[in-house]
Amino acid sequence: MTAAALLVQILNGLQYGLLLFLISSGLTLIFGVLGVINLAHGSLFMVGAYVTFMVANAGFGLWLAIPLALIGGTALGVLLERFLFRRFYHRAHLDQVLLTFALILLFEEGRSAIAGNDFHSVAIPAFLDVPVPIAAGFAYSAYRLAVLAACLVVAMLMFATIERTRAGAAIRAAAEKPEMVDLLGMDARRVHMLVFGAGTALAMLGGALAAPLYSVYPNMGDGFLIVSFVVVVVGGLGSVAGAFWAALLVGLVDTLSKVFMPVGAGAAIYVLMAAVLLWRPAGLFAAARA
Amino acid sequence: MTDTAALLTRRTLAGLAAAAAFAGTVRAQGKGTPLRVGLMLPYSGTFAQLGENITTAFELHLAERGGQLGGRPVTIIKLDDQSDPAAAPQNVNRLLARDKADVLVGTVHSGVVMALVQAAREKGVPLIIPNAGNVAAARELCSESVFRTSFSNWQPAYGMGLALAKTGVKKAAWITWDYAAGKESGEGFRDGLKAGGAELTQLLTLPFPETNFQPLLAQVPGLGVQAVGAFFAGGGAVQFVRDYAAAGLRDKFPLCGSGFLTEGTLAAQGAAAEGIRTALHYADGLDNPRNIAFRKAFREKAGRDADVYAVQGYDAAQLLAVGVDAVKGDMDADKQLFAAMRAARIDSPRGAFTLSAGHNPIQNIYLREAKSGENRMIGIAAEALADPGTGCKLT
Repeated sequence: MTAAALLVQILNGLQYGLLLFLISSGLTLIFGVLGVINLAHGSLFMVGAYVTFMVANAGFGLWLAIPLALIGGTALGVLLERFLFRRFYHRAHLDQVLLTFALILLFEEGRSAIAGNDFHSVAIPAFLDVPVPIAAGFAYSAYRLAVLAACLVVAMLMFATIERTRAGAAIRAAAEKPEMVDLLGMDARRVHMLVFGAGTALAMLGGALAAPLYSVYPNMGDGFLIVSFVVVVVGGLGSVAGAFWAALLVGLVDTLSKVFMPVGAGAAIYVLMAAVLLWRPAGLFAAARA
Repeated sequence: MTDTAALLTRRTLAGLAAAAAFAGTVRAQGKGTPLRVGLMLPYSGTFAQLGENITTAFELHLAERGGQLGGRPVTIIKLDDQSDPAAAPQNVNRLLARDKADVLVGTVHSGVVMALVQAAREKGVPLIIPNAGNVAAARELCSESVFRTSFSNWQPAYGMGLALAKTGVKKAAWITWDYAAGKESGEGFRDGLKAGGAELTQLLTLPFPETNFQPLLAQVPGLGVQAVGAFFAGGGAVQFVRDYAAAGLRDKFPLCGSGFLTEGTLAAQGAAAEGIRTALHYADGLDNPRNIAFRKAFREKAGRDADVYAVQGYDAAQLLAVGVDAVKGDMDADKQLFAAMRAARIDSPRGAFTLSAGHNPIQNIYLREAKSGENRMIGIAAEALADPGTGCKLT
């Protein structure tokens, strides 16, 4: 394999990994702060993709779909937290699983009623729909590079927010020592709403960016949800930094295993997960938890 | 005491036997009793539309015959198999034990269909497969009670391989999901290329139903092939075709495939699919009176256009009708029933077909080209093509 071809494959891995990060960062935050395993997180990704499809269908492009996914996602997340999840924090995990599984069914039924069961493609914005020749005979779409850059920007904004702002401090406190939030004089319920809203917005943003790449189709969130769980487990439950590095790792392992050992490539990321769990049972970046 | 007990038991047994025999005659002779047809198809999930089209076309043919087969009214029992292989044996059992189905029709998913094939082989219940293309059903698992009105995975890909070789291509690659249908169609493509004097040099796979195709596509320029064939369906096909075009591969390495690559997906694939050649046992705009009449009737009944799945469902009803008519509704005469179905000549919208020894259609595989949202027929890739039926002992 030539160096250029390898570069293309590494770009593929990074782009896939960064998209996974958008989904898994919300998943891991919600688990870390709220203690809820949200199986419906993949459905939120699906909602983001379908919103993008419907916005495009109405004659508008990604420039409208992205803010809509961010604002609508935050609102949806806040509502879900306020009226559903809040009642489940102190219930058993099995109850939470039932709740979020029910949400999957509701979201899919809603999708079926509103947008039908067909596959739909979403156009790539015209100015990004140009090939960027990277290796001989293989073009890399400018849109994929743009997604890569956008995901990196989002990741940096997230780290800056979590590390440098008051809200971020509250989130860190809530994840590590929930009592600290009260001691800091903050309203824990607001922190919960904020985290759930942000997590939902990120999943929907992921869906919006992914729609032109992966098309939109029923149950599209399922596959991404499962891989995102691998990312969360490898990175360490509740750790955003862990999710970031684990997402890149999973993206690269998945991509390169397909190239270098096609037989059994589907199992590669699960082997990776098993190996990480043997080596570090709490994941690569296990959050210090009380 | 023991004697009495034994006597009672014997009497009871004799009574039961008589009752069973009586019930048998009643069922066989009861002209008025409805024929119970169990449709086990996906009515939800990814393949829901396929299940609906098969069902609508099946019902369409029944309606054309006044709702009767062999002089008996027909009751249709629908069961949603959700394309879930794990639930398949239980679902088949429900149709047979609870719903007392006389005939089974199903299904789309090639994993789920195996439970149906198994039940048909063990219990001798007639089964008509209106889609799933597992080659095994026409080969080592063929059975006198199992029939298919669709295709074997091998057939369309064989036609494509042969047609591609005729264009002068010497080396080609096949890209597909790593599962039965993908591999079986890959073998068909290989055999078709070979028959035309060309060679399959690379088989690239990814796990089903993943859609991260980039790692495979980036390898294409380094393979040393002149063309690429593919088997994908549904959402996977939509994205594969779009990604292939976006990677700038189309001009240097023309893309072709089994017809499912562009079947029911052209609207979503858009310009990326324009000009792609595929091979299938059906094409848009087949200009025969049977097809034109069928498409018109389907459109009137369903309010949407017919597709290959509808054709397969329609022909499933036609094949069943041939069998049930031949035995005048007496489903216990299974030898005659199966013999009549085996010998049937089905006047299908795709063109008339007969069945091979493995009860799989011997049919034309059409070469099609995607053009402005339609898979237009541009020729015949393989005429009256039969699955090799390797390992099937039926004649």
